[in-house]
Amino acid sequence: MGEYLTLFISAVIVNNFVLTRFLGLCIFFGVSKNVNASFGMGIAVTAVMTLSSTLAWLVYTYVLVPFNLTFLTTVVFVLLIASFVQLLEMVIKKSVPALYNMWGIYLVLIATNCVVLGVPLINVESHFPLGKSIVQAFGSGIGFGVALVLMASLREKLRLADVPKPLEGLGVAFILAGMLALSFLGFSGMISL
Amino acid sequence: MKELWDIYKKGLIVENPIFVLALSLCPALAVTSSVIVSLTMGLTVLFVITANNVVVSLIRNLVNPKVRVPVYIVSIATIVTVAQLVLQAYLPDLYKALGIYLALVVVFAIILARAEVFASKNNLVRSFCDGLGMGTGFAIAMVIIGACREVIGNGTFLGFQIMPAAYDAPLMLILPAGAFILIGYLIGACKILVERIEKSKA
Repeated sequence: MGEYLTLFISAVIVNNFVLTRFLGLCIFFGVSKNVNASFGMGIAVTAVMTLSSTLAWLVYTYVLVPFNLTFLTTVVFVLLIASFVQLLEMVIKKSVPALYNMWGIYLVLIATNCVVLGVPLINVESHFPLGKSIVQAFGSGIGFGVALVLMASLREKLRLADVPKPLEGLGVAFILAGMLALSFLGFSGMISL
Repeated sequence: MKELWDIYKKGLIVENPIFVLALSLCPALAVTSSVIVSLTMGLTVLFVITANNVVVSLIRNLVNPKVRVPVYIVSIATIVTVAQLVLQAYLPDLYKALGIYLALVVVFAIILARAEVFASKNNLVRSFCDGLGMGTGFAIAMVIIGACREVIGNGTFLGFQIMPAAYDAPLMLILPAGAFILIGYLIGACKILVERIEKSKA
């Protein structure tokens, strides 16, 4: 149990995927302009990542490895995740339209995204068993959401600041992310895996 | 000829994939802690984007528009797998250094964006030039970031010591936080440059 808890905290805070491994930056800078949107995005990413990592693990262990097709991992995972997200979108649209209206748009955005593809790949590469893969994917999703909401709140404050003209927009957003990463660096060494 | 040169040239600065379009930022931060690794990544992307533009341009009249995105993704994923296998066979050290980010080339927004915006609407030669230009712009940006981080953060260039031995390297630039801040300033610098270019044209 302790092992899983450590893994979870490490994925959320210490090895935060956005701030230490730079995955999912396109969404991170694209969506973090307002807090509500980043909240929705965080939830969508967590859900998709947990489900698709589980699926990817099953396909890798029971299809790719027995048939000696591991060199196709990248191709298979991309297709698997993209079609899975599409399917999820259809199901939610049909069965829970309210949920779809709120967060449906984020699903389309994450169909082909670094972090959603990256986590299943990292799980497979580090030879995690199924339980650990799920915990790692769930934790990374939460960590992504936390970073996104933090960044969005900072950027909302930033709107009132007087930024030098060439740095307006993306430039200052990057510097801000750097500061955020610097403060997350304080957690490193807290947990060693 | 002039027209092809114009297509090629716009990827270098005015529409630079990293600094101006701000697509594919993950690799720009993740694998730029040394020049040689950034260069490998830059060249890999140059290859993938050019090859994919050629493929997409060749099949652009055969693909039903409704399924075009999955088709493009399969094409990109296949080309990336080829690049992965080649690197693994001939440059195993660099393959290890690039790690997971090599597989992630598949989902780099810039590659899909060029296929969608340019190659699906233009002929073979023009798409080839566009891919080459965007790829070169990407590679140049990667090398600039890699050089800044390696020289300032480690005092070396391509592994050779170039700073005096007494140079106390600020470790921060090698760390993730430094990468973010450095790119923030580089984006600002590129904005000034683009403005100057446009002013001189007007």
